[in-house]
Amino acid sequence: FRFVLCTSGDSVKVYSTRTEEWLHSLQGHTNQVTGIALNRANHLQVYSCSADGTVKLWDFIDGILIKTFIIGYPLFAIYVSEKHDGIVFLHIAMDTDSKNECFQLVAVHLPKSAEQEVEAKELSAVSSRISPNPSCTAFGREGQYIAFARHLQLNVYFFRKQKTYSFSLKATDKKGAKNAFTCIACHPADDCIATGHEDGKIRLWRNFIHTKEYTYSTQHWHHNAVNTLCFTPEGTNLLSGGIESVLVQWQYGAGNRKEFLPRLGGSILHVSTSSDGQLFCTSHSDNKITVIESSFKVCGVIQGLVKGDAVLTDLMIDPRSKALVLNGKPGHLQFYSLMRDKHLYNLDIVQQEYIYEAGLDQFEVVKAAFDINGYWLATVEERGQKSSDLEFVLKLWAYDERTQSFVLNTTITAAHTDRIISMCFSSSEETTMLVTTAEDGQFKAWCQGADADTQQDQSFWSCEFVGSYHNLKPTNCSFSADSSLLAVNFQEVITIWSPDTWELLTTLCQPPGVVRDLCFGRLSCSKYLIATTTRNLLCCWNLLTCALEWSTSVEVSKLQPDPLSENVAAFSYQSKHTDLFVFKPSEPRPLFTHKNMCSEKIHRAVFVPREEPLNNCDESSQWLNRSQLYFLTQNMDLLTFSTATEEDRMLSSSKRLVIDDSVAVTPFYLLLGKHRQQQQKLNTPSHPAADKPQQPQGSVTITELLHTPAHVLPAASVLCSMLVSSLLISNTGVRKDPLREMESSEQEMNSEKEEEHSEEEMEACDSQQELRAQGSVDEVTPKLSKAQERELKRIRKTDFSWMTGLIDSKP
Amino acid sequence: MASFKPTKVPFLPKLGEKVTEETLYWKNYKSPVQIKEFGAITKIDFSPLPPHNYAVTASTRIHIYGPHSQEPIRSFTRFRDTAYGGRFRGDGKLLVAGSEEGLIRLFDISGRVALRQFKGHTKAVHMTSFLSDGFRVVSGSDDLSCRVWDVPSAVELSSLTEHTDYIRALAPSKLNPDLFVTGSYDHTVKVFDMRSGSSVMTMQHGHPVECVLLYPSEALLVSTGGRYVKVWDLLKGGQELVSLKNHHKTVTCACLSSVGNKLLTGSLDRHVKVYNSSYKVVHNFDCDASILSMAIAPDDEALAVGMTNGVLSVRHRRHKKDKETLTSRRRRGPSYQVFVKGKNFVPRQDDFLVSKPVKQYLRKYDKQLKSFEVSKALDTALQTWTRTSKPDVTVAVIIELKRRGTLKNALAGRNEESLTKILNFLLKHIFDPRFSRPLLMVGDIVLDLYQQVFHQSPVVERLLQRLMEVLGREAELQQELLQVLGILDTLFTSLTPRKEVAALAASPVAQESQLQAA
Repeated sequence: FRFVLCTSGDSVKVYSTRTEEWLHSLQGHTNQVTGIALNRANHLQVYSCSADGTVKLWDFIDGILIKTFIIGYPLFAIYVSEKHDGIVFLHIAMDTDSKNECFQLVAVHLPKSAEQEVEAKELSAVSSRISPNPSCTAFGREGQYIAFARHLQLNVYFFRKQKTYSFSLKATDKKGAKNAFTCIACHPADDCIATGHEDGKIRLWRNFIHTKEYTYSTQHWHHNAVNTLCFTPEGTNLLSGGIESVLVQWQYGAGNRKEFLPRLGGSILHVSTSSDGQLFCTSHSDNKITVIESSFKVCGVIQGLVKGDAVLTDLMIDPRSKALVLNGKPGHLQFYSLMRDKHLYNLDIVQQEYIYEAGLDQFEVVKAAFDINGYWLATVEERGQKSSDLEFVLKLWAYDERTQSFVLNTTITAAHTDRIISMCFSSSEETTMLVTTAEDGQFKAWCQGADADTQQDQSFWSCEFVGSYHNLKPTNCSFSADSSLLAVNFQEVITIWSPDTWELLTTLCQPPGVVRDLCFGRLSCSKYLIATTTRNLLCCWNLLTCALEWSTSVEVSKLQPDPLSENVAAFSYQSKHTDLFVFKPSEPRPLFTHKNMCSEKIHRAVFVPREEPLNNCDESSQWLNRSQLYFLTQNMDLLTFSTATEEDRMLSSSKRLVIDDSVAVTPFYLLLGKHRQQQQKLNTPSHPAADKPQQPQGSVTITELLHTPAHVLPAASVLCSMLVSSLLISNTGVRKDPLREMESSEQEMNSEKEEEHSEEEMEACDSQQELRAQGSVDEVTPKLSKAQERELKRIRKTDFSWMTGLIDSKP
Repeated sequence: MASFKPTKVPFLPKLGEKVTEETLYWKNYKSPVQIKEFGAITKIDFSPLPPHNYAVTASTRIHIYGPHSQEPIRSFTRFRDTAYGGRFRGDGKLLVAGSEEGLIRLFDISGRVALRQFKGHTKAVHMTSFLSDGFRVVSGSDDLSCRVWDVPSAVELSSLTEHTDYIRALAPSKLNPDLFVTGSYDHTVKVFDMRSGSSVMTMQHGHPVECVLLYPSEALLVSTGGRYVKVWDLLKGGQELVSLKNHHKTVTCACLSSVGNKLLTGSLDRHVKVYNSSYKVVHNFDCDASILSMAIAPDDEALAVGMTNGVLSVRHRRHKKDKETLTSRRRRGPSYQVFVKGKNFVPRQDDFLVSKPVKQYLRKYDKQLKSFEVSKALDTALQTWTRTSKPDVTVAVIIELKRRGTLKNALAGRNEESLTKILNFLLKHIFDPRFSRPLLMVGDIVLDLYQQVFHQSPVVERLLQRLMEVLGREAELQQELLQVLGILDTLFTSLTPRKEVAALAASPVAQESQLQAA
């Protein structure tokens, strides 16, 4: 078994290198986990440190918390060494106020005690004034010394001599080199320190035992700062990575011999090697881990929701796959399945080689829109927002049934003379039409038209209509539910057009304030048009009378209609916190209000249709029956609302399993059923009461067994014993049965421990989980107050239900 | 790990005509074979029988050519004066021709001497033809009469004098032996029925009629005269279906292609135009002189055009077989078998299959871009062949370099020779609206980089001078275009009703793009 561990928010996640599946996460920290380090004494244990001031020791294979050491200061990095058993080295902030960025390297003696929670107060400072960057500290050969760098100074602390030698470089060379240290790695068997620098140089320091006679050699390949350095366990190779997203392997002691592995993804943040040197692992800035064999071949990719610099496109739902679509890798759109919480695929929009270079202005996807059937996708890519010459391309993609992906149909290079502000597809099923509004004061309607002359099967998109209104700048456009009306707002004025005849039907205006967002009502409320203005006004017009129905004073940052119901969600940002209102356009009173939801402004939100509508009778959460609301904060956290019934379901999944016991009659089931019936027959006279509940529970286990994908199941040999045990007549002494403990494999142990753990902590843990909102996009977790009504659910949820089945099967 | 994405060469719309299947079909003729005759060629007729020989009437002779020979295989020279309108009978064995003196002669294809002579016309006979039964000959003459002759007895059966001017066009019906159509300089087209002995239909063409033509279904009639080609619907009593004015001189001849019944017209303006079924011009053949006569062989195998200067130009259709031989000759080197070797090999059960990684094929400039050799990539893109035949590739590489922010580096440090290359490329394409944006930028950078050293090279200095002239001219042109656009805008505003004010902005795309270039 090989695992990759990575910190993610307030937990450490464990992945398998073989299957790239997420196995489990080590949860228990209450703040961001800042560092992990393997326990050198026991290779199955790992230390993790967190900003909540604790160091925890875990068994990562089983996901069990072994010990908690309370340090009491926020911790920023952890280092361990074989030689210093029972001592961990930690980065702590020197002053409690975060403004003064001074960090201290301290050694902490971890007290040996049997208790779960131990306070470790034996701190001894190794050095103050170290770099805040955790990769600027490294242990030397056999833990004899520790090297740490800050700005232009490299310090080496020898434990035996209890002395620090420091070597410094000049700030700038003749050639304008930037010499600041960015990372450090020490050779495992040789007295050699490799340092990475801001200008991409790598220096190999030798002979630093003597302050005066030290030497270094310089190697230069990276054109930007070296982010990470790592020696292979034998010390034969040095791995380096940076913003170029190229993993470079330098042969140690062979001068400039190097190998490259280019185009791995986002810029490389960390490189680590497995203890036998067989596997390398790189983590990237776009929320990705790449597993690489020692022969320099990529053998696995663990990809989360791709995190770009910013989400420029709206959050969208692909009508076909119901996947969430947003900016992904640079120049790509990512399709992310919310149901399975899995990255589906990236769609290459720009179709150009991405140059990994800082400060280079490249094409970015800024707008995207799906038509109602999911057959067409329109994208806008843009370049040169900062410089004067703006380039943008409007592209239309058709869905290809055969390849199951989008294929480029039309490229329009100069769709407008200035940048496109918004676009939308018409909502009718028959004719698809795209409307774009641009800063040049025009909106254009694009239609798919067959070219009669060329006589080709393919039909391309061309401009059908160009509209403008008093040379004002159009900002938003929206089609009514039946596509019979098009609303385009020109600053304060909303104009209503008929897409059939391109006649200007009417104009609506409610000064003061420029219209910020507008949308039509759906279903029974389709006669209403809602708009928000910059002067804190939310207005609703009745389009039959062309009169203002109602208006209220509320600052709305985002207006999001639900496509499946009449409801409209409005996010209001006032006095540094966001409120949510859900209302129907027909009445000015909100259906649902949630004050003080989070502290960031919300610009992107989407309603995701449910697979099957809920039958929720609770008044306050009825609006969530048909679709679920996801929204993205400025911190790039993706949050969602869940209803009380869902909570119940998640909490008592075992209950649900009993209810859901409508398993298909498979031969296996029949066999088991027969067997059980025989058992029952045998047992009925003696234990009638004990047997009755067992039958459904046993079958639940089997149901779950049969329904869980085979690759996530433990080995058959392990399962067999569990199966047999679940079929056994239960008596109270099962858990302490010596025979079973003898024969139980490692996995069995795991499950039992898990059981204990979960049984003890289940309630507490679950309630904690529900209250805690955790973004899977960013590593920063928003701190949330304990609001009773709102339960923000984590997106990542494990499918451990088969395990819960096991729990249930035990009395 | 993604692979290198090659530079995308954008598909740019061609500024010229659109390529359709029709144009491809009509373009598929070899270059014309020119045969010199003694005088203006007034009539060409293809034999209905294979191998489709054709009779060419010019001056006092009628020559019969074989499909591929440039020498006449037979000629009839026993004319005392100019011969006119030599035409084959439906079985291809007899040929009839009129003449300036008014005599109509009938020849056997294999003989030399006229088998029959029909006397009766008092003036030149320009048009003769067999009726579809093959036993009668109809003729139209300058003496305003139209006569029908019996072939066996050589007597005149009837004479029709309904026209009031020269009869210069004649077309017998193929479905009914008693029907024929005549066109005359009196601007009318008449349909005669021999059974009633008079015209049954009269159509006003409006110009002296030079040629009439019946569609095979004989529901449609084409008449040409003046600059007009008119199509009449005979089933609707001679209603005008369409009137075409695509030539700018008199249309002298028309014929129908046998594949898809496409109409071809030839005119004194030296063009042959091909129309599609909705009467839009889809192709155009240019000739050296004014066209008097034209004929197309069955299956469109050959198109023969006769001109006033006595040149007969024959275009033969290009066949696929010819093409294949051409391409097969071009493609040499490792044969196809090398690449598909072992493709059908089925591995045995215990074989361990090692799959070969698919090698990505990259163009040379892409390879150089991949290894960040920007100057070399620009050099490759500026190679003579790419530069001249595929300027869009060169421009695509320039755009890619600009996107990478290395265009300046790529342009810097060049010698006179390579700078001349760049400047020549700029001169040729800088005013092309598709390329002008990136090329103007290249020009700016070149000026910035080499400002100090220009005067050292007279060649480069001259090129820069020319570039300046070209740009000045282009700027003037743009100015004028803007003025025209302004005039058009005012015209449109005064014409459109107030309601559709918004629609104004939809100006032609071409103008827009030129404006951008400005």
